Amino acid sequence: MPTVKTLEDLKKLREEALEKRRVKAAEGQAQIIVGMGTCGIAAGARDAMKAILDTIESDNLSGILVTQTGCIGLCEKEPIVQVVVGENDKVTYGKVTPEIARRIVKEHVVGGAAVKENVIPA
Amino acid sequence: MRELALHLLDIAENSLAAGARNISITVEESLAADRLRMSVEDDGAGMDAGMVARVIDPFVTSRTTRKVGLGIPLLKAAAEACQGGLTICSTLGKGTRLDVDFQRSHIDRMPLGDLAATFLTLCATAPDIHWVFCYRVDQAEFIYDDAPIKAELVDIPLTEPSVLALVRGLLEEGIASIQPASAELSWN
Repeated sequence: MPTVKTLEDLKKLREEALEKRRVKAAEGQAQIIVGMGTCGIAAGARDAMKAILDTIESDNLSGILVTQTGCIGLCEKEPIVQVVVGENDKVTYGKVTPEIARRIVKEHVVGGAAVKENVIPA
Repeated sequence: MRELALHLLDIAENSLAAGARNISITVEESLAADRLRMSVEDDGAGMDAGMVARVIDPFVTSRTTRKVGLGIPLLKAAAEACQGGLTICSTLGKGTRLDVDFQRSHIDRMPLGDLAATFLTLCATAPDIHWVFCYRVDQAEFIYDDAPIKAELVDIPLTEPSVLALVRGLLEEGIASIQPASAELSWN
């Protein structure tokens, strides 16, 4: 471990540490939003939500924020799930069955690759 | 919708949309009186009498009014088909209470469904709300009040895996411990 010689070095080290922490926070910042309007619930949004929460629990996935929203006006595509990972654009999924919901968590939120067949083009 | 628990989730979403801070959901099965009652009470924005009439029966309204959904009319129809009914008491600025009841043994009465999944969905993904869930079967009672749990967690979210496991366990075990064994006919 190199010795810290000057104030300038110390300052740099601190900045690097802060930057590391910031990058880590941005990487770990994943948000999953499930549409919970009447349309979504009737189409199976609670089952999709349950599958997401169960996957977080069974795979011990820390740092994922799961929230809900009302009808976003795409009722025919419900259940709708949106994913935001770090600084990337929001990805919107339609017709999310529990199986697709599990894949979204594992492949997109954890793995970084969108589940292409269910993405609704922006 | 195929479960009363899904209707409860839908009704609670209205409370969230009304900006409530405290939402309390009660489900009461009376085997002795053969009734099944559910209520959702919130301290949200509330509605005036005209708005209450519109959310109960959106088809009497004119096109110029704000949009209303079909969740409440569907639940009302389901209750009325089972010797029951639905009422809403609301005060602008104070909040809203919705009550719905069914003849429990009625052949058309929807199954209660997965209450634990509904409660977990609500409290884990709308954590800013103070939730109180109450499930009663005759004299037995299970109450889940999320205030003490959130006071312990401070800034750890409920969607952390270990917290989720704890809350899910509390809800599932609490409900199962008093749910009548032959309460549900499953036709899925």
